[in-house]
Amino acid sequence: MSTEMLEEYAKQEYKWGFITDIEQVTVPPGLNEDVVRLISAKKREPEWLLEWRLKAYRHWLKMKEPEWANIHYDPIDYQDMVYYSAPKSAEDRPKSLDEVDPELLATYEKLGIPLKEQEMLAGVAVDAVFDSVSVATTFRKKLAEMGVIFGSFSEAVHEHPELVKKYLGSVVPYTDNFFAALNSAVFSDGSFVYIPKGVRCPMELSTYFRINAMNTGQFERTLIVAEEGSYVSYLEGCTAPMRDEHQLHAAVVELVAMDDAQIKYSTVQNWYPGDMETGKGGIYNFVTKRGKCAGRNSKISWTQVETGSAITWKYPSCILKGDNSVGEFYSVALTKGRQQADTGTKMIHIGKNTTSTIVSKGISAGHGQNTYRGAVKILKGADGARNFSQCDSMLIGDQCGAHTFPYIDVNNPTAKMEHEATTSKIGEDQIFYCNQRGISTEDAVSMIVNGFCKEVFKELPMEFAVEARKLLEVNLEGSVG
Amino acid sequence: MAKLEIKNLHAEVEGQKILKGIDLVLNPGEVHAIMGPNGSGKSTLAQVLAGREEYTVTEGQVLYDGKDLLELDPEERAREGVFMAFQYPVEIPGVSNTYFLKAALNAVRKHRGESDIDAMQFLTLVREKMKMVKMDESLLGRPVNEGFSGGEKKRNEIFHMAVLEPHLCILDETDSGLDIDALKVVSEGVNTLRSPERSFLVITHYQRLLDYIIPDIVHVLVDGRIQRSGGKELALELEEKGYAWIEPATTTATAATAATNA
Repeated sequence: MSTEMLEEYAKQEYKWGFITDIEQVTVPPGLNEDVVRLISAKKREPEWLLEWRLKAYRHWLKMKEPEWANIHYDPIDYQDMVYYSAPKSAEDRPKSLDEVDPELLATYEKLGIPLKEQEMLAGVAVDAVFDSVSVATTFRKKLAEMGVIFGSFSEAVHEHPELVKKYLGSVVPYTDNFFAALNSAVFSDGSFVYIPKGVRCPMELSTYFRINAMNTGQFERTLIVAEEGSYVSYLEGCTAPMRDEHQLHAAVVELVAMDDAQIKYSTVQNWYPGDMETGKGGIYNFVTKRGKCAGRNSKISWTQVETGSAITWKYPSCILKGDNSVGEFYSVALTKGRQQADTGTKMIHIGKNTTSTIVSKGISAGHGQNTYRGAVKILKGADGARNFSQCDSMLIGDQCGAHTFPYIDVNNPTAKMEHEATTSKIGEDQIFYCNQRGISTEDAVSMIVNGFCKEVFKELPMEFAVEARKLLEVNLEGSVG
Repeated sequence: MAKLEIKNLHAEVEGQKILKGIDLVLNPGEVHAIMGPNGSGKSTLAQVLAGREEYTVTEGQVLYDGKDLLELDPEERAREGVFMAFQYPVEIPGVSNTYFLKAALNAVRKHRGESDIDAMQFLTLVREKMKMVKMDESLLGRPVNEGFSGGEKKRNEIFHMAVLEPHLCILDETDSGLDIDALKVVSEGVNTLRSPERSFLVITHYQRLLDYIIPDIVHVLVDGRIQRSGGKELALELEEKGYAWIEPATTTATAATAATNA
């Protein structure tokens, strides 16, 4: 098996690159206070939210784009981008699925999203965000009976303003970083989830994001609040059409878990990665995700499978404030073609006996560059804190790169830290061994890669584990000679 | 039923000539042993037959069942029934032995135009073959060769062989690193698999293995050529005298000593 063949292997077309022909309502390109006001007005937002957006915008103006990440890209022209785009029919929001543009439903069907409720017996409630607006939410009634709120962010602003006001920016303030500030100023929609005290959400909640319109940034915002003793498992999936221009995706996700509450957040990210050869086009994915374990014995788990985007800049983190709280981060990141990923996590131990687990699997193929960047911080009062980190990298071919930057900052002598890291090259020996048993090189690579990612896949909800496995296969397939 | 004919085979690796004209005919049902000192080209022959890319064939021909074997990719050779038990079986973390073997078996079945094996049938088959090589069932669920002892790895190779039921079995120094008990188990497994349709090429440095797997013919490979062929007595003679008497000019003293001490 030659290097050449392995390189071949890393090439694979993007299968979700169709464009939906649909009437769009957009604002003109560029960003200024008027645009922020316009977005807020389109969404008929209350005054306090507009003020919050404007504060964020003014703060953003004073900030600089971060340069510390191990990623390289042409400067983004923030004045050349459209900050709001919505399917036209959204002007009169559909009251039920029957009123949703059939073209849009067809798009979701192509994406394999089971939007129709009768197909939803599997137990997944879906909120679908198309460009900037949340289009439809399934299963709302059933959830509402249990007191669970699951819907678009915009609706939540109108229907549950007290909750939104209380928690918005409580985990990721608009001052947090450049992209979070930008998102706070112009965020268009997203999902809102509230699980009341003692309720175990009976189904997986799920959001699918799709960027369709040209030159459009997508800035969604997700907020999940789990009250005392509650449980929720949430999954997001993302795709985008193939376009020659780069598109910016700058999302913010905030999670809050009270005493004994548990939030499981899983992501399957498959944004368009750009042209395999030239790196033209593709999504710039600059995302801030953070969870706060506010209560005792609370738990937040992040599981991510990152296969898409030209650039991924993303560090789902946990603030372990409550005593005995638990933070987890399980990640698979695949870079191929010209993709670059700088991803990892931050675990901030504040409470006593807090534990965190980090399992990161980076796979690089083609010319892909994969960086794990993680920080574990044990604060002074965090007696008995424990962390286990494992960062494994796998290289396919000899043009790609894997990098690991673990930062550890311990301010309490009782802390226990473990860190393991490995780098392996998909062995020609392994492939030959599979070949010799009759298994094709393509199947061998996908088998070896899946084996490598097993610890992470087992953290995903069942049906999504299957999806993730398939996604990896599809992303790696068709490339071995 | 597949006959293997090797004609004037020359092969090199990284520009170094290793095989310098091998001729050999292996008929269905026969067991041939290839013996020789270190560096004589025994393992190279196995790798070339299995299709390892680093080895370049510069001259000669290999016919398998009348077909040009060297034209086929390694996986095609495997599906046609060529099996090599590795000297150093490879570990595949996170992939269970069962999953791996099922994928392999289905690849072979697909090639033969058969449908995928169903789960129950597979389990029955696997259980039966495990008994044959006295393998612990716990090794089924564990990742391929990961954390296996040396003996378990070799037994696992024979287990794969038993499940895949190949026509031509190449054992590449399967005896190396085995204690006497493991050697017996592995040999018994091989002997059970002996049949009129199946041929074996047993590559070994030591005569010891041939006490358990009785060959029809023994070939002595020295410096990339078969210098001598004979019955099983030849192995005993080698045991006694070492390799030095066959081709003193090209055999090192250490190899000869190792063979004598074995």
